[in-house]
Amino acid sequence: MVSLQRDEGLPGAQAAQERVTVIEASSGWSALRLGELWAYRELLLFLAWRDVSVRYKQTLLGAAWAILQPLLSMIVFTLIFGNFAGLPSDNVPYPVLTYTALLPWQYFATAMSNASNSLVGSANLLTKVYFPRLVIPVAAVLPAAVDFVIAFVILLVMMLIYGITPTWNVLWLPVFMLLAVVTALGVSLWLSALNVQYRDVRYAVPFLVQFWMYASPVAYSSSIIPERWRALYGLNPMTGVIEGFRWALLGTDTAPGVFTLISAGIAVLILVSGAFYFTHMEKTFADVV
Amino acid sequence: MSDVAIEVTGLGKRYRIGGPQERYKRFTETVMHTLSAPVRRLRRIGQPPPPEEMSWALRDVSFEVGQGEVVGIIGRNGAGKSTLLKIISRITEPTEGRVRLRGRVGSLLEVGTGFHPELTGRENIYLNGAILGMTRAEIERKFDEIVDFAEIEKFIDTPVKRYSSGMYVRLAFAVAAHLEPEILLVDEVLAVGDAAFQKKCLGKMGDVAGEGRTVLFVSHNMGAIQSLTRRTLVIDRGRLVADTDTATAVQQYLSTRNQPTEAHAIRSRHEAFRVDALRFNYDLLESGFNRPLTFEIDVTADRPLHEVSVALSAVNSLGARLLTSERTLPRLPAGKSRLQVTIADHRLPPGNYNTIVGILIGGVTAVYEENVLPFELSDVDVDNAFIVKRRDRIGAFIPAQIRVLEPTASLDEKKWLP
Repeated sequence: MVSLQRDEGLPGAQAAQERVTVIEASSGWSALRLGELWAYRELLLFLAWRDVSVRYKQTLLGAAWAILQPLLSMIVFTLIFGNFAGLPSDNVPYPVLTYTALLPWQYFATAMSNASNSLVGSANLLTKVYFPRLVIPVAAVLPAAVDFVIAFVILLVMMLIYGITPTWNVLWLPVFMLLAVVTALGVSLWLSALNVQYRDVRYAVPFLVQFWMYASPVAYSSSIIPERWRALYGLNPMTGVIEGFRWALLGTDTAPGVFTLISAGIAVLILVSGAFYFTHMEKTFADVV
Repeated sequence: MSDVAIEVTGLGKRYRIGGPQERYKRFTETVMHTLSAPVRRLRRIGQPPPPEEMSWALRDVSFEVGQGEVVGIIGRNGAGKSTLLKIISRITEPTEGRVRLRGRVGSLLEVGTGFHPELTGRENIYLNGAILGMTRAEIERKFDEIVDFAEIEKFIDTPVKRYSSGMYVRLAFAVAAHLEPEILLVDEVLAVGDAAFQKKCLGKMGDVAGEGRTVLFVSHNMGAIQSLTRRTLVIDRGRLVADTDTATAVQQYLSTRNQPTEAHAIRSRHEAFRVDALRFNYDLLESGFNRPLTFEIDVTADRPLHEVSVALSAVNSLGARLLTSERTLPRLPAGKSRLQVTIADHRLPPGNYNTIVGILIGGVTAVYEENVLPFELSDVDVDNAFIVKRRDRIGAFIPAQIRVLEPTASLDEKKWLP
């Protein structure tokens, strides 16, 4: 447990002569020390920026991958679920229905996959330099947002082509995006910390992403879910996010309601519990990783 | 009280080292063991690891460092020096005891931490600076100075994966050298780069020390320790065994080091000959350049053996065999014997070496093992000056052959042959 007395250690603050740091063994659960995370915000942004700038280095197609991934998935889902299976599309062209869902989903899946491996991937940093360990997974969920923005442009083009005009509901979009970020970060805090101890996580994450996608209305509309399962279905925070996106952008009748609140509550619960679990485990990271 | 920068009290760190390893004879057993491992592990979740799997890397360490003091830390590999620095840099938590630090702490446990090969030199300066705890404004202010120090102006916008390893290290050190904390913790980072750059780094470290910064400095380079510090801590097997002036501490370090290191389990292919132990005898090693090295080999012969040749080679840290010394015993009596092998005039410079041992009996190889016994020759000695003044200029001294050719003679190859 490290406690900073006097000024909350801003790195580089001039003449912090009086700052006293006490390092002792800690036991039990510790506080989150979000102030310290704030003090290291520059490092956080640098790490996120690094991941963004090296992301498509030495690739042929570069950032086009950010568009291709959801676009190809969209084609597959439209063919299989829209055409062959003939699932309902809530009066929206099927490609737009799934593409709208794929935007937050791809963000969530990419952010979660990257962030859950982030601590193990940064082992050299963990064992050589001190900084609040939360910086690493937090920085790792940010870069996927760049792909999100690029892919979003394509959605606007598609909406133009299909003649869909967004309503004022679109102002709610940042709220749903925030919900996606909170969910991704919460899950990542759990998984990245667990991954340090149990590398099983690395093998489990691809399956988790796959199962989770089918448990979310990505490839289909949640209107096909029977009424009695809706409550259980709503426990999945990504359901709230995706139906929120569709409502805000396409005007489907999935207006946010009780289930959205449940989704949000679950997301916050995952985030807070994840943060405490992470802080509890972080003192052992350098020794175990 | 306020002039104490680092106060360490009763510090201890216990590590989990893992249980005793079982040996497997067959492939199938290895597979079965691997498959059953999850069951064993799941059973133990939540239970504290058995005590035999725990080991203290550091115990009962207490000391104080005043503001502006430069203190060296020396000790053998694995003595706990790095663990100590890691605790003070807050990378790992102590198991017991406490540390009080007054001022901003910067630690340099490695240069180039977080460098990304795909990023340019410029980008890596910002990234690495941020990782080491510098603010953006601070890095901007020192940017030119860093580039200057690293001597890489032309390549500043080239991805560092295209750098030579020398350039890479120079850039990495340059960023680190411009860190300006009140307390600086340095672990062996000077052992990088070419000789000229190392000298420059030592100079920079000297400047840091001169600026009234508090420095804790771990090194194996006794020369650097002696030129940079006046006080030194000696750590041996996790304990602080000396906290005194550097000259005394260095002497004490040499004495803690002077336990013979032994190698066992050296395989013999001869049915009547075994090697029980191979030892480097530090007690007989006088400090100084080119002093005789003494190895001891404990052997057992089931019957008297003839023509026993013993060869020892010294290999440097790059794997180059620098020296091979060989002698044949006409006769080895039956029973246990200790062979004392002395190698004089080896001319090995200070450094870390490893040993290759080969034994031929009657012309047939009985023993051949590489890298069986590391040993260290230190540069801390009375005739350091002698090495610098004479040996560095002439290196190893070997008489040359000179022939006077006829002024008109062509450089016929045969004339060069003796």
